[in-house]
Amino acid sequence: MNVEALKDLLYKMADDQLVLGHRNSEWTGFGPLLEEDIAFSSMAQDKVGQSWQIYKILNELGESDPDTVAFMRNADQFHNSQFVELPNGEYDFSLIRHFLFDTAELLRFQFLSESSFEPLAQLAKKIKGETKYHSMHANIWVKQLGSATEESISRLQGSLNEALPYALGLFEESKFEDDLIADGIFKGEAVLKEAWIGEITKIINQSALTLPDLQQIEPVLGGRNGEHTEYLQPMLDEMSEVFKVDPTADW
Amino acid sequence: MTITEDQIRLWLDEVKDPEIPVLSLNDLGVITDINIARSGKVTVNMTPTFSGCPAMDVMQQDVVDVLAKNGIEDREVIVSFEKQWNSNMISDKGRKALADFGLAPPPKHNMVVDIEIIERVDCPQCGSDNTEMKTPFGPTLCRSIHRCNSCGESFEQFKPL
Repeated sequence: MNVEALKDLLYKMADDQLVLGHRNSEWTGFGPLLEEDIAFSSMAQDKVGQSWQIYKILNELGESDPDTVAFMRNADQFHNSQFVELPNGEYDFSLIRHFLFDTAELLRFQFLSESSFEPLAQLAKKIKGETKYHSMHANIWVKQLGSATEESISRLQGSLNEALPYALGLFEESKFEDDLIADGIFKGEAVLKEAWIGEITKIINQSALTLPDLQQIEPVLGGRNGEHTEYLQPMLDEMSEVFKVDPTADW
Repeated sequence: MTITEDQIRLWLDEVKDPEIPVLSLNDLGVITDINIARSGKVTVNMTPTFSGCPAMDVMQQDVVDVLAKNGIEDREVIVSFEKQWNSNMISDKGRKALADFGLAPPPKHNMVVDIEIIERVDCPQCGSDNTEMKTPFGPTLCRSIHRCNSCGESFEQFKPL
């Protein structure tokens, strides 16, 4: 088994969960409805918890402890996709991101529940059950607001068009792709992307929204190699502010 | 005195889920294995309900404390995902305790949790099945929020997983 390839995969997944988990938590106290406030806060807690569990596997593979890894790295050491670091924007953008990301995430962990790397397969079985709720939540709202009023439809359509280049960046392939597939660790980003397109199409077709031709969209890449937007570092600074006051403190 | 698994189970009945204080860890189903070595060392394996559950550390420490209190000097409590928790593992006693507490117990399922399963829940106050889900999320990771159209009460469900 190629351990470097495995670590690369774990880092990008954990970083996606942590960064989007933090973005979700920024809705706490600001949701458009109490239920949505609770939903985004709960998903934040799930995702940050899931990232911690993945960092823990990395820790067992020789990396630093989860807190250090989460709080002490700079933006260029993060492997999350640029999609998850973008600011929340208005609720329509957060909802569309939630839908596009969690559809991919549910499929990713469904695939990984059959991974040849047993600790990951075990964790993936847990995560896919939790993510089912995230995906279900997103689907309900996309179908509902995606066929409600002229304003809700045009807002969601605008956010969908804006989000898709970044969403396609989720499937940026790593240089280890062939190793991961050969070792049976992960089916690979290309397979995941195809499955994802099928799922999002299914939901979008149940609304008044239109899925643009994905072949015509240039994916935004780079996040997996530490290239990020101007938004990630300030977010990390805020996220780690308390931890950095005293990194040795025992919480 | 020879320690038995049944004895340890009995001690563990004292340890409750800190977020749902009527539910013991046994009834919650998170104790996946108890091993008593020839040397006398006791190993308890447990598994989280949700991977981000903040109560897990507390529960793990509570198990350590109960073993210590009962004189088990050589002890280890391991949290892992080796055996996956699912809500079918909540015991019948646990389900009754949840209902008495005002939390609708999760319906038993065939491991395929979909929207119909989550929405189909009886009101723990009046027993009516005329209820609707308000949100699949709630005050803790393991709860969803519902409303009963018969008695008008809002209530929570321990989510099926």
